[in-house]
Amino acid sequence: MKLKKYTRLIAASMAIALVAAACGSSSDTATDGGDGGGGDAIQTASASSCEAGQIDGDLAIFNWTEYMDPELIVAFEEEFGVSVTEDNYDSNEAMQPIINAGGSGFDFIVPSDYMVGIMIDAGNLQPLNRDAIPNLQNLAPEFASGLPYDPDAEFSAPYQWGTTGLGVDLTVTGPDVPQTWGLIFDPELAAEFNLEGQFSTLLNDPRETLGAALKFLGYSLNTTSEAELQEAEELIASTLDRVAAFESDQYDELLVTGEAAVTHGYSGNFLFQFLDAENPEDFTYFVPEEGGTRWIDNMAIPFDAPNPCTAHTFINFLLDAERGAQLTNWNLYASPNEAATPFIDQEVLDDPIVYPTDTSLLEEIEDTGDFEINFSDAFTSARG
Amino acid sequence: MTTAQTTELSPKNLSDANERNKRRQGFLMAFPAYAYLLIFFAFPLGIVVVYSFATRNRFGGTDLSDWNFDSYIRLNDEVLRNILFRSFTLALLTTVICLLVAYPFSYFLATRTPTIRNVLLVFVMIPFWSNFLVRNYAWRVLLGSDGPVSRLTELLGLGETRILFTPTAIVLGLVYGFLPFMILPLYASLERLDWSVLEAARDLGATGFQTLRKVTIPLSMPGVIAGSILVFIPSFGAFVTPEILGGGREVLLGSFIVSQFLEARNWPVGAATSTVLMAVMLASALLYFRKGGRTL
Repeated sequence: MKLKKYTRLIAASMAIALVAAACGSSSDTATDGGDGGGGDAIQTASASSCEAGQIDGDLAIFNWTEYMDPELIVAFEEEFGVSVTEDNYDSNEAMQPIINAGGSGFDFIVPSDYMVGIMIDAGNLQPLNRDAIPNLQNLAPEFASGLPYDPDAEFSAPYQWGTTGLGVDLTVTGPDVPQTWGLIFDPELAAEFNLEGQFSTLLNDPRETLGAALKFLGYSLNTTSEAELQEAEELIASTLDRVAAFESDQYDELLVTGEAAVTHGYSGNFLFQFLDAENPEDFTYFVPEEGGTRWIDNMAIPFDAPNPCTAHTFINFLLDAERGAQLTNWNLYASPNEAATPFIDQEVLDDPIVYPTDTSLLEEIEDTGDFEINFSDAFTSARG
Repeated sequence: MTTAQTTELSPKNLSDANERNKRRQGFLMAFPAYAYLLIFFAFPLGIVVVYSFATRNRFGGTDLSDWNFDSYIRLNDEVLRNILFRSFTLALLTTVICLLVAYPFSYFLATRTPTIRNVLLVFVMIPFWSNFLVRNYAWRVLLGSDGPVSRLTELLGLGETRILFTPTAIVLGLVYGFLPFMILPLYASLERLDWSVLEAARDLGATGFQTLRKVTIPLSMPGVIAGSILVFIPSFGAFVTPEILGGGREVLLGSFIVSQFLEARNWPVGAATSTVLMAVMLASALLYFRKGGRTL
């Protein structure tokens, strides 16, 4: 998720294209009574009767940018004699309407946690045929089932995961920096660590940024309490004079170029950026002790995938121990694949940015239904 | 008109038929343009309007069977009024600055020899050769605390200046981005200026300033109006520049609309905001054109 710096402009133009796409599907809307979710009616799709290793055509992947090792695709093409095409998206919200409209032609998609929940409710995904994916047994128990958005692991299998936290420039704060959201939200702590003035950035994302404030206040980031949300909104409003920008694309560059000293962002991006920096040891990333977001991206098959059996085979292929390790070694995000652990580079396994030592602090963002509007309104109001 | 009537060969009917023929020809010639406008402008616009009356369902999809004005009612919120006011002010400021910068430049341009004129015009267009997004990111570097502007003020002993992520940066970026849209129409109308009228004004004893105020500016009004509209409208709904140079600290209309579509997944409210925005712009453009209509 949230892989590279693609600005919302692209997302915005996608949205515009989607309005046009939605018109193309106006005939569906007449039958299912609503576009973008089909009301409460769940499009019934049953698991395909695929067998392990079965191929029913070429594979069309719809994935985040720079998230799939191209060599894995080549290996799959060679092993199964199919051709694979990959298209990319930069936000779940840009991807979902395309699948929802039907006829997208994609066989394999990678929605994040809360979006899996939305897509299940909207009938966008087909159940996985577990018999066709024997490698599901490679998943670590915590990822194999019981995930809040797909409790019975019926529609999705975890792909990679990561966290949202703070990147810090230690040359500004000094080496002994407390791992807390207070660096941003607590004015006294900010003053103590030279973070006054506009030296922090927060993600330009209502759920992540309000989530950080909610965590600092000791609440769940999936709260549906208006009072708690109000408190979080006021907290963000009170930090405005220390926040340089609400930034979702370049927070890692802003940090290493010295434009900001503490920035809110996603683990993998910071790691990439630190490896590129002149003095990597000057920077650190952590999930604050109050807790933060863990996001899990998942492999899933759209309800109308043209070649579902190839997609099942591809999921099985990626869940293989060595392939799973190859993926993590390539994209530097943590793997849910337990069997892959022995094949993952030791330095990646030892890196607390990739594998945080304490995962009990982490919480996944869940869809709050109609309360999403309150989140986005609060985020708008907080900025005046 | 029935066939019986058209067979009467009166001169009036002949000219009528001619007229109709011409109109038909005109329609055929304009057909591709009409079709283009219908498919790529009117139709999508219609969808936006239709969506603005629909309802967000709890998955963030749009329920097209539940029609109401809720999205429009929600727009009458203080937060949104602030956003509108802020966007309007910034757009107006951008337009005025563009006009003040572009007018003398266009005048200069119009009074050069054709060769120099063409070279300068190419310079005005060159920025369009690279992507708007990339140019905005370039401004980030220029305006950052480590950028040349800041370096210069440091050198002058004024200390580090940080323009990036302020409203100043937004206006600067907008002026930069939309200046050519002001220069080109202004240049077009100044270039067509009948210089003998100016000479006459001077001969009749008008000072340079009087000539400018009473002759040049009124004659170039069509350019001023066209340029102002071309700058004001995109500035009002601008998204890229406020987001990249303003750092999203101030929510402007463009960002609000995008956040409704992508974050709140509330397409009806996003569509309603767009519809209101378009209505306001259409109304003000019509008003502007009507006022300036005689000179256009």
